[in-house]
Amino acid sequence: MIDLSTEYLGIKLKNPLVASSSPLCEDIENIRLMEKSGISAVVLHSLFEEQVILQEKELNYALTENTERYAESLSYFPEVDDYHFAPEEYIKYIDKVKKAVQIPVIGSLNGVSNTGWIRYSKKIEEAGADGLELNIYYLPTRVDLTCQELEKMYLDLVQEVRQTIKIPLAVKLGPYFNSFVHFCDKLVGAGVDGLILFNRFYQPDVDLLEMSVSPNLELSSSSELRLRLRWIGILYNKIKADLAVTGGIHTAKDILKSIMVGAKVAMMTSALLEQGIPYVETLVKGTEEWLRRHNYQSIDELRGVLTECNVKETDAFERANYMKVLQSYHYE
Amino acid sequence: MKHKLVAFDGNTAAAYTAYHISENVTIYPITPSSVMGELADLWAFQGKKNIWGAVPAVAEMQSEAGAAGAVHGSLQRGALTTTFTASQGLLLMLPNMFKISGELSPVVFNVSARTVATHALSIFGDHSDVMAARTTGFALLAAASVQEAMDFPLIAQAASLKSRIPFLHFFDGFRTSHEISKVELLEVEEMKRMIDDKLVYEHRARALSPERPFIRGTAQNPDVFFQAREGCNPFYDICADITEETMKEFKEITGREYHLFQYEGATDAEYVFLIMASGCETVQETVEHLIGKGEKVGMIKVRLFRPFSVRHLYQAIPETAKILCVLDRTKEPGSAGEPLYTEVLSGINEYMSENNIDRKIRVFGGRYGLSSKEFTPAMVMGVYEEIKKENPLNHFTVGINDDVTHRSVSYPEHFHIEPVDRVRAVFYGLGSDGTVSANKSSIKIIGEETDNFAQGYFVYDSRKAGSLTISHLRFGKDPIHSPYLIQRANFVGCHQFSFLDKYDVLKYAEDNAVLLLNSPYPAEEVWDKIPREVQQKIIDKKIKLFIINAYQIARETGLGVRINTVMQTAFFLLSKVLPEDVAIEKIKQFIEKSYGSRGEEILRRNNEAVDLAMKSIKEIKVPARAEGTIRKKDTVSEKAPQFVREVTARMIAQEGDDIPVSAFQPDGTFPSGTTKWEKRNIAQEIPEWDPDTCIQCGNCAFICPHAVIRSKIYSPELLKDAPAGFKSADSKIKTFQGQKYTQQISPEDCTGCGLCVEICPAKNKKDPGKKAINLVPVEQIQEEEKANWEFFESIPLLDRTDLQLNKIRDLQFTEPLFEFSGACAGCGETPYLKLISQLFGDRLIIANATGCSSIYGGNLPATPWTINQDGQGPAWSNSLFEDNAEFGYGMRLALDQQKKMAVNLLEELKGEIGQELAEELINAKQTNDEEIQKQRKRVAQLLARLKDISKVEARQLESLAESLIEKSVWIIGGDGWAYDIGYGGLDHVIAQKQNVNILVLDTEVYSNTGGQMSKATPLGAVAKFAAGGKEMAKKDLAMMAVNYGNAYVARVALAADMNQAIRVFREAEAYNGPSLIVAYSHCVAHGYDLRNGIKQQKAAVASGYWPLMHYNPGLRKEGQNPFVLDSKAPSIPLEEYIYAENRYRMLTYSAPEIAKEYYKKAQQEVTNRWKIYEKWAKDDNSQK
Repeated sequence: MIDLSTEYLGIKLKNPLVASSSPLCEDIENIRLMEKSGISAVVLHSLFEEQVILQEKELNYALTENTERYAESLSYFPEVDDYHFAPEEYIKYIDKVKKAVQIPVIGSLNGVSNTGWIRYSKKIEEAGADGLELNIYYLPTRVDLTCQELEKMYLDLVQEVRQTIKIPLAVKLGPYFNSFVHFCDKLVGAGVDGLILFNRFYQPDVDLLEMSVSPNLELSSSSELRLRLRWIGILYNKIKADLAVTGGIHTAKDILKSIMVGAKVAMMTSALLEQGIPYVETLVKGTEEWLRRHNYQSIDELRGVLTECNVKETDAFERANYMKVLQSYHYE
Repeated sequence: MKHKLVAFDGNTAAAYTAYHISENVTIYPITPSSVMGELADLWAFQGKKNIWGAVPAVAEMQSEAGAAGAVHGSLQRGALTTTFTASQGLLLMLPNMFKISGELSPVVFNVSARTVATHALSIFGDHSDVMAARTTGFALLAAASVQEAMDFPLIAQAASLKSRIPFLHFFDGFRTSHEISKVELLEVEEMKRMIDDKLVYEHRARALSPERPFIRGTAQNPDVFFQAREGCNPFYDICADITEETMKEFKEITGREYHLFQYEGATDAEYVFLIMASGCETVQETVEHLIGKGEKVGMIKVRLFRPFSVRHLYQAIPETAKILCVLDRTKEPGSAGEPLYTEVLSGINEYMSENNIDRKIRVFGGRYGLSSKEFTPAMVMGVYEEIKKENPLNHFTVGINDDVTHRSVSYPEHFHIEPVDRVRAVFYGLGSDGTVSANKSSIKIIGEETDNFAQGYFVYDSRKAGSLTISHLRFGKDPIHSPYLIQRANFVGCHQFSFLDKYDVLKYAEDNAVLLLNSPYPAEEVWDKIPREVQQKIIDKKIKLFIINAYQIARETGLGVRINTVMQTAFFLLSKVLPEDVAIEKIKQFIEKSYGSRGEEILRRNNEAVDLAMKSIKEIKVPARAEGTIRKKDTVSEKAPQFVREVTARMIAQEGDDIPVSAFQPDGTFPSGTTKWEKRNIAQEIPEWDPDTCIQCGNCAFICPHAVIRSKIYSPELLKDAPAGFKSADSKIKTFQGQKYTQQISPEDCTGCGLCVEICPAKNKKDPGKKAINLVPVEQIQEEEKANWEFFESIPLLDRTDLQLNKIRDLQFTEPLFEFSGACAGCGETPYLKLISQLFGDRLIIANATGCSSIYGGNLPATPWTINQDGQGPAWSNSLFEDNAEFGYGMRLALDQQKKMAVNLLEELKGEIGQELAEELINAKQTNDEEIQKQRKRVAQLLARLKDISKVEARQLESLAESLIEKSVWIIGGDGWAYDIGYGGLDHVIAQKQNVNILVLDTEVYSNTGGQMSKATPLGAVAKFAAGGKEMAKKDLAMMAVNYGNAYVARVALAADMNQAIRVFREAEAYNGPSLIVAYSHCVAHGYDLRNGIKQQKAAVASGYWPLMHYNPGLRKEGQNPFVLDSKAPSIPLEEYIYAENRYRMLTYSAPEIAKEYYKKAQQEVTNRWKIYEKWAKDDNSQK
């Protein structure tokens, strides 16, 4: 019997396959099916900072705009005084999911500003979430914003959340940082238990017909995995935090690669969207089968075998390898 | 019992009590009573219980007639029932009221009394509606204040259960229904004590039940009807005593004392006023003032008008009284006197005669306060001075200048009696800037949180966009009984700087008053920006001037254009109505209370605004002399016609009260096309045309709801006289090659809605973020564009016969004969009206149902239906809400009959007129502009020839000749009319053969009365009367009409498919029979920025929610399927359309589970409907 179990954020998981945060998790039936198919933990869809503010703002707009101007129509909507905005619904949902499944449930907050909305981290904790994933994404478009200021923004936010909750805290990051290892170390210092690499962002596209810029997001592919593998490999053993791969996990091989470079878990969404949730079973079996074939008794045994620290030719992770890759590229 | 004190308006007060003591509530919206129904629906949704622990059932009906019918049924089943209504609504209830009283059923109708439409509609208050109900057998109980509006439903219910006489409890529409006042709250326990449950059981025991069957509601014949009818006498005989007794019990329970005829005044009064409802308070206040001056005067508050108890009345009159002055708030033309007057006159004479009382009392009567006309102590004083004369004028009026029949009494305008220690504040705000909300919250804060008394009343605009609101607030240590506008203010808030130029904002300011000005200018510049006339007034009245830049603070704190929190804070600090720290604390507490449910972000922003406002108020040192260079502008141009200059302009300038009777046509006729003179200047941003980018498609002119975008094609030579900034481009339209093209906006009429920008398909090559038309701050281009507009107007129009009117591109060159209406900025209805005016304006007759379109179409001061360069244009009228299809149908009947008579006369006079002309006139084809123009010329020829014919038939034909020119009859209204109250008539008219065109502007709610649910409201949408979301799917009006098979039917969404809209409007008009167009109209009641209206219309169609179609019976003759689908199969899920609108989104916040359930049903409904439509379109329906 191969032992697939792993520990992520101090939580014991039966295998390293975790459903990453996505709209799939908005339906409790999907989560039930994920559990049945073998997923070891689920990160819920994100509660967005913008969502919190936007809903309040929009409702307020609708309830106040065009009121008190004409004697026959002083308002247009009934003044119900009990509204349940996204956060409240989200909190209720965590509770429901916790009751519906046995696997650990991790909440997800997506935002950037260090303001009132992070109080929802506490509410997520109170609702029974086993951990919290903080998805921080800020596009530094200002000319006067320095790296230090940007990093401080992230760190302040993490610290604030850390002080608010006791459950494990992981941060999901994008790859665009200077001195990434140093920054990750700072995050750990600020109280982060885990790092998830990397976020996949909505990238703008150009609509030629409309002559406009439109947001776009395509599903991931295995080729995206390499960036993650490199950085997980570099961070492993240097940073005292659990590492998770997200973005590009489509096959059992992808999972195995992630573990080999040091990841505790491999998170996925695109594969489940493309292949259906029951595909998890195939992935678990495939992982198990590979380990069996290669005489590994447990997943832990495989972890970190190909990290920067373990590989003698660290070039593979670093700059020298760049040249080789270019040289190996031929037109066919 | 110590009572909780609350700041309620009259509607809330009445609804509060009525809800608590009812089991069933049937409702229908009508101003000013709608709020009562809205609250009942909301409370039921929230599970609020009545005094017996049950949640009342609240049901909206299709009309007030329906509501009354349902009340009747509910009563027959023994349920305690109520309804709320006003005006025409009450009139629709009359038949059932006779039945209900005839059957001695206890019930209370709560009525916010409103003017019945006569020569004009009025939404405001008087007693013409309740007086029309005085023959129904209902008891009529009048409340004079907000407190009484809360107490009287209970007294009425208790007395009704005891007497079995149904009660109509009424209070003054707007003056009481909308006045906010500090009142003692009736406790549930008190209500329970007042209602005797045994009587409730008796009421139930009288109910219809198959367990103890009987029949009620027989038809009776001459042999027995009369005597059976007299059987109710004993019940009426004791009703007044029962009511007086009930009032006594009420006093024992609550401490508040009422009598049927309540005397107030000097014990030795010689002059006694009698009056009902809110006017009582004004008269009492004045009487008390006069007694203080040693006058022998008193007044009687008439509470119970029916049954009219002469005995109680006589007993209330002091023995010293010599003259009774009866004031009626209604007019009964042709009567011997108004109802209260005649009742008092005959009553006391009869009483004195029957009781052998030898006493001389003279009774005088007069009218006051029609349609909420102000009724002030000065007017009471005027009347008092009149009745003290040796030969006073009887049947007088007060408050107006009747220079025709000279019945008005004059009054001392500067007579003021308000206590000087009261805070009397007047605020000028812009609708939607939050001024009224701020003031309402100030009243709540002061009224409910402190020992002070508070009162607020709000005067609103007659226009929906850029509207002026004037708030009148009173605060003081003593109770406030002043139901009239503040005449002398010690605080004036001017929340819009531009108002200084438009209105006399210091009109109400007394000497040494504070003026708080929201100023975009800094302290050092502001004085010079104030018009010199206003500067002078500030100096003369020794005004203390303060400024604050509220918009800047609102922007900085993320509140956008809502300046309520800022201005409220400034008011509290300057008025010193509360100590500063207390005021700030209370404001913040109230913010928490009001906005708490809307989320913490909204709270934070408002609190921040309070803090910033505190620091930002600046006092301005007023110079000794007014030397400003800015002068107030004339209200209208000197080029305006005389009527506009002398009458319209005064109404615009808020001086309408001073216009005399003689200024108006007595039958309600007004000239067309007056909005063009108003120049409201309400937009912050207006569109700027970029001729280089423009492709001259005409979309922007087509969509513009306010007709401010116009296009012309003209000879290049004309440009020689153009102002320097006038823009033009070479015509890109092939048929007009070599000509110049200009698109021009009317900068002073634009509302800045931005729909033009949204619909523009052209993008600037260098900056694709810009289009061929872009919004810019108004001050950047206004002056230049004003000059351009003036020049543009001088450019001649193209001949319509050179245009292809089926093309948007050419329609832009036609004159809109519907322009600059007071509709909401970005209105979804008005583009349709503009379109029919462009297509058929010269021959248009419009029957307009009451609703938004009758308000922006016909509400004074200025009206938008206008005339073309040849003097022709739409002839427009509004009858009622419920009868519009019939109203228009009647017009068609008249036209057809007149034409028939004219044709007969032509046949008779052929010899004299000339065979050829007569036959041409009779047989002329009139299907397009050219043919109609030719017929007009023939009619002119005919009239010329008729002059020389002396026969009487020639005179007949002269008066009928105009009917030979084809007319286009349009019956227009909203969904409230078409789907609900007017459906019976609409259905009937569609089932006839007459050639009428029915246009339903479907906003899916009763928009004009504030967004109540109609049968057009979609499943799952939240609306007033549907706080929990509409449970049933929208009725498919189009398909119901299709089923007749003889009517042309279409469903359009103009912004989703402009070409389809034009096509079906033309086809419908050309169809010789009834036609029905159901037009998707985005609306502010949908809860989003209307700039997205075009996007939403497209989404409605793309999701399959609003499939475009037409059904043309004419196609059958050609062997084709008359049913044609004009839009494609659904391409987006319904949620993409609906969740962009707050009306749907709200339910996901208030009842998420229900919202999900409704959504599933709604999507299913859309999918199913599309399948049915597809089947209709595919199947061979050519024989159907």
